[in-house]
Amino acid sequence: MRKILLRGAFALLLTAIILFAVFPFYYAIVSSFKVGSELFRIDYFPFNWNWDNYAAVFAEQPFARNIFNSVLVAAAVVVFSLFLGMTGAYALGRVKFRGRGMLLLTILGVSMFPQVAVLSGMFEMIRLFGLYNNPLGLILANMILTLPFTVWVLTTFMRDLPVELEEAALVDGASPWVIVTQVFMPLMWPAMVTTGLLAFIAAWNEFLFALTFTLTNDQRTVPVAIALITGASEHELPWGNIMAASVIVTLPIIALVLIFQRKIVSGLTAGAVKG
Amino acid sequence: MARQSTIRTEAAAVVTTRHLSLGRSRVRAAWLFLAPMLLVLLLVAGWPLARTIYFGFTDADLSDLSSYEFIGFANYLEYDEGEWYGLLADPDWWNAARNTLYFAVISVSIETTLGLIIALALNASFPGRSILRAAVLIPWAIPTVVSAKMWGWMLHDQFGVLNDMLLGLGIIAQPVAWTADPDLAMAAVIMVDVWKTTPFMALLILAGLQMLPSDCYEAARVDGVHPVKVFFRITLPLIRPAIMVAVIFRLLDALRIFDLIYVLTSNSADTMSMSVYARQQLVDFQAVGYGSAASTLLFMVIAVLTVIYIVAGRVNLGEGGR
Repeated sequence: MRKILLRGAFALLLTAIILFAVFPFYYAIVSSFKVGSELFRIDYFPFNWNWDNYAAVFAEQPFARNIFNSVLVAAAVVVFSLFLGMTGAYALGRVKFRGRGMLLLTILGVSMFPQVAVLSGMFEMIRLFGLYNNPLGLILANMILTLPFTVWVLTTFMRDLPVELEEAALVDGASPWVIVTQVFMPLMWPAMVTTGLLAFIAAWNEFLFALTFTLTNDQRTVPVAIALITGASEHELPWGNIMAASVIVTLPIIALVLIFQRKIVSGLTAGAVKG
Repeated sequence: MARQSTIRTEAAAVVTTRHLSLGRSRVRAAWLFLAPMLLVLLLVAGWPLARTIYFGFTDADLSDLSSYEFIGFANYLEYDEGEWYGLLADPDWWNAARNTLYFAVISVSIETTLGLIIALALNASFPGRSILRAAVLIPWAIPTVVSAKMWGWMLHDQFGVLNDMLLGLGIIAQPVAWTADPDLAMAAVIMVDVWKTTPFMALLILAGLQMLPSDCYEAARVDGVHPVKVFFRITLPLIRPAIMVAVIFRLLDALRIFDLIYVLTSNSADTMSMSVYARQQLVDFQAVGYGSAASTLLFMVIAVLTVIYIVAGRVNLGEGGR
């Protein structure tokens, strides 16, 4: 009897956890299919599949352009972070030199910067480069978010590779560049996929820089576009549109995360528990 | 004999010098490989931070960043004709600081407790465990702005589903204005943050749990120790390092919170964090000097708290725990 009771309590706990985790997004999906006054009635299940909100999101603002901007920024940030991260991780993970530990701690320190602490300096620099109101400026700005943990995680992975591999390559007279690209790169793919994904998500979600460094609707990235969707008046937010836009930008990320679940968890823990 | 040994010494000397030059060229290559990464880091982190700190001592204005005057500590504190001016005399700043600390401490405590519970549940074996693990990742994957909007809609005072649920359960008698009520706005922000970041906490603690040796547990089971005692005497002390690291990562995030508060409750004074305050000064009021001073102060607060936490908690962050 007591065992059954315990089992029941555990099942209840698990159900509560799943509901807690999934319900808000589920409710956003349900709401995104409601138009007009349907929104003002609370339904726990979708009753008709009305795609009007989805069409309206693209018709009423340059949302396709916003998505393009976000993809561009996030993809470029991933490419640059991985390139700089791999070369940096080789030096930090495989070569012993004076000041290495200090350097690693400094890089970790950068990941603790509050974004707002670099805001005015970054603003000045972005204007100086003529990148204000241009998604390209966000690529540069976002590097502060992604580069430290990319270097950190790749370094921990790189350090764990067997030393014999590198020695064999050295005996054959391979240069460090050849060692990184031909010997380590093939082995580092899993780690690169993980950090690349984490960097993509960080850049895709970034809000403060995107809000401050862009001005016009067609230069914005999706988070800013969604945050600034407004209706006829300030008190009349078009919740249907907002929910539809939210579902559009979130589904691909959720899909990515679920597909690469294990890799992401290992990346998060490598960055935190080990780091 | 003597000749042989000289040859040997010479050979050894040759080997050593070759080894040395190899080592030296390796270090040179290492710095070459580091250079691009360090340059970018200097460009996007070092330089802007230095400029922000410098701007904090000026009266710079956003409309024209090229002309400004150096005004010393006036942005921080200044005494003029019987009155104190500057950040440290600004009640709004202190309100933001109080809000941020309150938010950070409360949300991280709740997240740690819930994260621990979820991690313990995920650590047990039961059918459908992978589904649960996947479900838990969903809030983490959702962009902060999107979760703020989703919850903003769920917390809507007239048409929100949360009010509907609580009314249905009889917990509240009439609809509540979650984000507008000064007493509840902060609770609403904390609720959303807990929902969004507990998964991160749970996964980090779970990783710690999975590294625990199983023999202590077997010994405890053989001795018939009560599970609750096992948890407090064995599990908790063993995963303390994992929890400490997870907590500091979350605390640092919580102290610089911006997106969630800005989107959920806008510039409302009830929930304004230090980041929101600094950005409001910088961008909305165009006071780059004053805003930079606030940003610098926030940076200092976070740096000092981090050092205190690492020293007091004896958290091992050096060289990946080696």
